[in-house]
Amino acid sequence: MVAVAPTRVAGFNCPNCGAAVERRALTHTRAVACTSCGAVLDPDDPNLVILQEAAMRERIVPAIPLGTRGTFGGHPFDVVGFQYRTIDVDGAIYGWREYVLFNPYQGFRYLSEYDGHWNFIRPLPYWPAEMKDGRIAAAWDGQSYRHFQTALATTRFVLGEFPWRVRVGDRVAVSDFVAPPFLLSRERTSDETTWSHGQYMTGAEVWKACGLETTPPLTTGIFANQPSPFAGKPAAAWRRFAALAALVLLALVGRQVAAAREPVLEERHVFSPPPPAPQPAAGYEPAFVTEAFTIREGGTVEIAVETNLNNAWMALDLALVNTSTGTAVNVDTELERYAGTDSDGVWTEGSPNGTLLVPWVAPGEYYLRVEPAGNAETAFVLRLRRDVVSGLPYALALVALLLWPVFVSVRAASFEARRWQESDAGSGGDDDDD
Amino acid sequence: MTRPTAACPNCNAPLTFRWSSAVQTTCAHCRTVVVRHDVDWRAIGEVSDLPVDSSPIQLGVEGRVDGRAFTVVGRIVYAYAEGGWNEWHLVFSDGTSGWLSDAQAEYAVSWPAAPATPLPKAESLRVGLRLAHQGRDLVVATITRARYEGVEGELPFEYWGRGPMVFADLRNDVGGMATIDYSEQPPLFFVGRFVTYDELGLRGVRTFPGW
Repeated sequence: MVAVAPTRVAGFNCPNCGAAVERRALTHTRAVACTSCGAVLDPDDPNLVILQEAAMRERIVPAIPLGTRGTFGGHPFDVVGFQYRTIDVDGAIYGWREYVLFNPYQGFRYLSEYDGHWNFIRPLPYWPAEMKDGRIAAAWDGQSYRHFQTALATTRFVLGEFPWRVRVGDRVAVSDFVAPPFLLSRERTSDETTWSHGQYMTGAEVWKACGLETTPPLTTGIFANQPSPFAGKPAAAWRRFAALAALVLLALVGRQVAAAREPVLEERHVFSPPPPAPQPAAGYEPAFVTEAFTIREGGTVEIAVETNLNNAWMALDLALVNTSTGTAVNVDTELERYAGTDSDGVWTEGSPNGTLLVPWVAPGEYYLRVEPAGNAETAFVLRLRRDVVSGLPYALALVALLLWPVFVSVRAASFEARRWQESDAGSGGDDDDD
Repeated sequence: MTRPTAACPNCNAPLTFRWSSAVQTTCAHCRTVVVRHDVDWRAIGEVSDLPVDSSPIQLGVEGRVDGRAFTVVGRIVYAYAEGGWNEWHLVFSDGTSGWLSDAQAEYAVSWPAAPATPLPKAESLRVGLRLAHQGRDLVVATITRARYEGVEGELPFEYWGRGPMVFADLRNDVGGMATIDYSEQPPLFFVGRFVTYDELGLRGVRTFPGW
């Protein structure tokens, strides 16, 4: 009942050098380059017309031998062909290697390798949509692909079987569009356009898929669709920053609500400047100590100074002294207030009041030792409150939290900058299409 | 499915049918092309000599597309300058016909359709020509001048010994495809989509040594 079609496709001997030529891709093969001499043959022609004489000035040995069977996307594929292609970008020649893979049920796939970066490529039977901004919309994964590079590629060397009539010297315009780890490539000749879809692979992944014992080619640089090791990390770091910053601010609000701000001392004094030199001021001693007061709980202490300074200055050296241990916390402040009138009108400078915050004072009984200095008689009030909120630790926490997302963002941006440096947008310099 | 049987007018071997509506078949024994003539089957006298081919599909293969089961009952083989392809005739469980094309193991399934707008004439065909179909543009991707290479099994029409013919392959940007077959007047129009080998869930495919 079932039609009998020949299933075995025999190999043959190269009419150029006599070496055995294998046919692994059955009758799908349209051209085969003899692995011994490089002559390109038509496997369907009984006389085996040589499509092209051997053009092997320089012999290239594929890193994956022809005939290797690997597993890609869950299916076995044989490596049946190999080509080396180059592009010329502003006088610099870049070359890459392409392997033809075949499975009689799945058809043809390709592996490409450039500087140790690999792509597993499947031909697309249909064309994705080109958008107005030059990006490519892919219907099957909803991705938008960004143009990376367009160049004229030339086939320099071929080996083994191809599903089209390959020739050394074939030229196609190749455009690559990327959405890492994926790559869309368009190849255009005067009479045909084909599209393919690549997925980035490391050399180690390819070697594992092919069960190879050798070492894959060394990887250098960053490839067009190489997934960024930072992909998604800046966004995640910023999301975490936002959450932690919200917690910090929440803690600050809670602290503001809960702070006791308990007044512990209020004293009024008048400072008199020393009598003018040269007379020694016998017994002149402006320093004094305040009444003792109790700090019930360890924490911040705010010292507010209010003066009636007017065109004068005053300096205060303050020591918060524990009555039982004698330990002291020293702080100082300088206040000045000047005012007048000039051609621009009334002006003022400085402030008669000031506030100091001691970040930590242990519980206990204290007095304040005050040593004022100044140039005019000044009345001043000292007001001490304990457990007043300081914003500084919260600000420091926010700055510390910023370090990681900023670091990750900079690293991610630098990776992308290195990727796009190799693109038409980057190498041209004047080509600002994004 | 009924399986009407008849005798091959050439060699008298029984002709067995997978599809009751077959208009043409090939005798499995002597490979003569046989066409229905009223209630009789008449030998066309042409032996269907199939070219060597590597398709994993063969007559009798069963599969599914979009949830509908089909059986492969016939095949037309085409050749053109750069190679060839198969159009496998599918019969679905409801008795309707479709086609599974296989070109170097790239697959598409299509069905006969009525074009919404008049089809372009063969002379005015060019790559890039757009044809509106069900809200999406189908674009002419390739124009192929092909010749008939062989035929086997059951077909919904008489198809043998034809001369060179023009095909236009169209595709949209979401995986849809269409073919205009200019071998008849008016041209035949088929619309479908590209499919993967795996999604067809084929049973009874050809085996290849070493695979």
